[in-house]
Parts: sequence; C-alpha cells; structure tokens
Amino acid sequence: MTRPTAQIHPAPQPPALRHRSVTAALLRPQFLALLVLLAINWLLFPGFFTTTWQDGRLFGSLIDVLNRGTPVAILAIGMTAVIATKGVDLSVGAVMAIAGATAAVMVTGGHSAVLAVAAALATGLLCGLWNGLLVTTLSIQPIIATLVLMVAGRGLAQLITEGSIVTFTDPVLIFIGTGAVAGLPTPVVVLIALTILTTLAVRRTALGLLIEAVGINRSAARFAGIKASALLLVVYAFAGLCAALAGLIVAGDIRGADANNAGLWLELDAILAVVVGGTSLLGGRFSIPMSVVGAMIIQAMNTGILISGFSPQFNLVVKSAVIILILVLQSPFAANLLQRRHLKAPPKAQEGDRA
Amino acid sequence: MAIITKLALGAGLAALLSTAAHADLTGKVIGFSQIGSESGWRAAETSVTKSEAEKRGIDLKFADAQQKQENQIKAIRGFIAQGVDAILVAPVVSTGWDEVLGEAKEANIPVVLLDRGVDASADLYLTGVASDQVKEGAVAGKWLIDTVAGKDCSVVELEGTVGSSPAINRKKGFDDAVGATANIKVIRSQTGDFTRAKGKEVMEGFLKAEGGGKGICAVYAHNDDMAVGAIQAIKDAGLKPGSDILVVSIDGVPDIFSAMVAGEANATVELTPNMAGPAFDALDAYLNGGTAPEKAIITESKLFTQADDPQGEYDRRKGLGY
Repeated sequence: MTRPTAQIHPAPQPPALRHRSVTAALLRPQFLALLVLLAINWLLFPGFFTTTWQDGRLFGSLIDVLNRGTPVAILAIGMTAVIATKGVDLSVGAVMAIAGATAAVMVTGGHSAVLAVAAALATGLLCGLWNGLLVTTLSIQPIIATLVLMVAGRGLAQLITEGSIVTFTDPVLIFIGTGAVAGLPTPVVVLIALTILTTLAVRRTALGLLIEAVGINRSAARFAGIKASALLLVVYAFAGLCAALAGLIVAGDIRGADANNAGLWLELDAILAVVVGGTSLLGGRFSIPMSVVGAMIIQAMNTGILISGFSPQFNLVVKSAVIILILVLQSPFAANLLQRRHLKAPPKAQEGDRA
Repeated sequence: MAIITKLALGAGLAALLSTAAHADLTGKVIGFSQIGSESGWRAAETSVTKSEAEKRGIDLKFADAQQKQENQIKAIRGFIAQGVDAILVAPVVSTGWDEVLGEAKEANIPVVLLDRGVDASADLYLTGVASDQVKEGAVAGKWLIDTVAGKDCSVVELEGTVGSSPAINRKKGFDDAVGATANIKVIRSQTGDFTRAKGKEVMEGFLKAEGGGKGICAVYAHNDDMAVGAIQAIKDAGLKPGSDILVVSIDGVPDIFSAMVAGEANATVELTPNMAGPAFDALDAYLNGGTAPEKAIITESKLFTQADDPQGEYDRRKGLGY
C-alpha cells in the first residue's frame, strides 16, 4: 500500500516483512486519531457506540458518522487522484450543486429517475472534463482553472433551480440519499463500493503509478512515454463524476436540490480529508482508503461537537484545535520523535512514514 | 459628470413637480437594487416587489447586485443618473453607504431600505421596511407556551448561522418568551446554518443524544428549511413529527406549509416577502402628500398553524420563486 511499485511488480517478499507492513499501516497516526476521536465521543456521550436495528436498518451515532461523512469521503476519493497529479479541484462543491439541481429539475419535470441520475452524472463528468481541458490544453494552473467553475458553477446551479429549493418526491432519488442496503445507509454502501473499485483500479493496474509519475514530474513522465494530458483529463473527469455522485446523495438526503447551500465549502473539507489522510499537496504518492479515513476523522469530530452540547460558538475553535493536533501527529517531527523512542529504524523506513 | 448630475437633478425636480397631477404612483419610475438570489425568500421578495409595482402601475427598474456592495452602489448611481422618482435598496451589508446615499439625497431622490438596515445617518434615507426578528422568535415562543398549556416540555433549538442577526434575534425572542415559564426548557441548542442538510444532521445528533428522541417535546428552528430537515430526521428515527415532537419555525416558505398539510409541522411565523408594498405606500404618502413616514416600518409577524388553511397558503406561495 505504501509502495505502489511493490504491487505492480510483485517481487517476492518475505512473509515477516509483509506482516510488519500491515501492522505499521494500522498504527498510522490517522487510525490513532480516529480511535481517539471516537473514544472522546464515547466519553461525551456514553450511548455513542450503541447501534440498534430499526425499520430494517442500523441506527446509531456511529452509523451517522459514516452516513454524514460519505459526501466528503466521495469527494475526497476524486480529490485524491487530482491532488496526486499535483493539482487541486476547487469546483467539486459547485459541481455537487449542479448535479443535484439537474437531477431534481428533471424528475420534477416528469422524466424518469434513471434518466435524471444519468444526466446528473453526465453533467458532473462534463464539468470535470471542462476543468481538465483548462488544465491541460490551456495549461492554466489547476487552482485557478477550477476556481472558475467553483464560482460560476454555483451560479449555473442557481440558474437551473431558478434560485429556489426544488423539492422532489421521486422514490429512486430519495433512496440514493436515505435508503438502506443490507441495513447500511445507501450512501455508505456506495462509498464502500467506490473505495474498493477505485483502489483496485489504481493499485491492480498501472494507473496509480502513472498518476504518481505525472504528479512528481509531469515533463519527466511525458518523456517516459506517459500521455500526461490524457491522464489529467481522466483524473479531473473522475473528480467531477465523484462530485456528481456526492451531489445526488446530498440532494436525495434532503429530498430537494438546494443550489445555494449544497456542497458549499465542501471542496475545502475534501482537500482537508486528503491531507489528513496523508497525501501530499505536492503530488506523487497517494492513498484512496486513507483519504476516506481522513473524511471520517473530520465527520467524527463534527458529530462529536453536535452531541457534546457545546455552545455553537465553539464549533470552529474546537474543530481547528483538533485538526492542528492531527496534523502535528502526522508531521515528520512527531514521526522522528516517536521513532527515536521506540526503535532505531533505518533512514529508508523513516522516509516511508512521511506520507 | 457635472452635466449628468444637473440632468439628474432636473429630472428629479421635474418628477417632484409633476407629482401633483397623480394621486398614486402610476407612471413613477422606481429603481430597485436587490442583493441577489441568495435564498428562496430573496427570490420571492423580488417577484412580490415586481408584482406590487405592476399592480400600482410603477415602472420598476430592477438591478441584481449578485451579493456585491459595489454593484449596488453602481446601480444606485445609475438610478440617480436616470433621474428615477425613488430608490428601493435591500442592502447586502450595513456599512459603507454614507456617500452614495448622500448623492441620492442631493439629487432629492428618496431611498427606502428593504429588509435590512444600514449604519448611516437616518436623514440620508426616507425609511426602512423590515421585520422585527426578536418578535418573530417571541411569537414562536408564545405559540409553544399556549400549545403545551403548562405541561413540561423540553425543547431543542436549531440556530441560524452563528453571529448572524436573525440567529441572535430569533433566539433572544424565543428565549425571553419561554424563559418566563417554568415548564418549558431549551435543553439543546446548535447551529444548523439555516440549511436543510445541516438542520437534518443536527437533529439526528439531538435525537441520538436524547435517548432516541423520547426526551424531546418540541423543536424550534430559526428558519423553515432547517425545520424541514429536522422533520426528516425525526421520521428516520421512527417518531412522528407534529405529534410526538412538535415543530415550530420561522419564515413561511411553501415547503413548511406542505409539511403542515401532512401534519408534520405545527406552526410557522411568517417573514413576509412583501416588503415593497409598505415601501410603496410610504413613498405614495411622501411623494403625493408630502408626509414623511416613520424611520422604521415594521412588518407583521403573522403566525400560521395547521388550522390556517396550509394548503391554500402553499398554493399562494408556490409561484413566488421560493
């Protein structure tokens, strides 16, 4: 997982080493942070882990964390791929609003839900391709290229809904947002499927390696024979698709498309989730599952604040304090400190922990 | 520039002189600088303003500022240059208006503020039409006091965006009203940012934290959108909104009326989108009769319950662009 090259050229590995790398993965600061946050939630509210079966689905605070964290986690999956290419996509929040608005306006206009979902996903894909074109063909810096759609996209969404919240009663769209599959909320099932599929796609094929190569040095990658522009297009289109999926879930959740507020500032949460998950903003090595964990860390914190009963004025202060703490835990400084105490690791391993 | 000002002055004077001929606002040109389309309520305010103007035969010049003060200032300067008879402004922020309002005053064009106030000398504008947000909270509180009729009631509160004036004032009005009683207590209060999605998420948290919602008797939301979100959360928890947990909120948007039709919401306090009607009445009295209105015109904070024909109210509001 930490070394993509090892997966692509599965060199024979001594079993002991493999075993150690799995435990090392579970000892990452992200998992530690998630566990600590969940424990704090449990201290604040003893019923936190209580999960019951109600109306054919699991019901409890832990399920809420998963369910509420899903939109950001899905955004983070797309964002991880973009960031790994040394880019960033600021437009995903606006694309969520556009996709939700498209689906809602179509079903209220009498079209079938299947068509509406397809149209919403296609819109997301188109938005992503637009970003990709700006980044590749016009060579605009990603932060500026996607800023265009971040600003204009919300306006587009408002045009589609004519500035109002479009409420719908379509059972399929509502199922995507609030239904349950095998006891789990539909969004969570979608997230799990997307995480597994994306991880397989980038790790069982050369795709992940190519993305990392482009992220580390686009020119060098091109000289090595990688079609960098085509790859970037695919990556941005994928981020757009993820955003559309998140937009559908958010719209289905509230049974309406709220163009003014759907996905507002979520691009920042998604970037934070990717960073907390350990992917560097400078591109290169990335991990999809860790970004999902990052999104869940953020949501565990949000849910904790909600059930803690703190006055809402403290929300942002608590949030920023926790995030600073997590980032410090992940910093090379903390890693060095820990390593010096426990074992004298060779410098190579040290490098590997700086994710 | 000087010529334009003179022209504007001339036009303004001509307009003033010609007022004697009309007994109403027919044929008057009135500029309206709207904030933008930040919310459904704002869209409804725009469409109601347009229809009120049409009803009175007013030639309304509409300018959308897209949430930017500089656009509003530009629009107002444009209105002054065109020599309109009056200007309506829904100010996006409260500061930085002295200069442009001074220019309008110099050009003798009365300015009426809609919905929000400004930090400027009161002689720079004719009047302001707004709702009393503290009263809105108080009306909601009073409804709850009357409804529970002395029984113990634990309330959860969904606040608006932290630090925004409607959130502060609607909280204050409600707290003051129920604070005087011994039986009603606000047990939890969190911000739902005025949105449906956050309203639902916060309510989910409240329901879990209060033993699956058994300890909650009512939810008070600072706006209807959050209430609509909370209603869905209550249903997901297997309870009946409207009977197991009472739902009271503020604004009067169409979706809360359809929730009332379904028996899932109990009461809403209307924030009327018709700010322009009273503004036009005040302008009528000022331009035709010379009587200056009071500096603040307060709109009615009307309570609607399930008994007040929610289906009819829904139909009336549906086309307004909420």
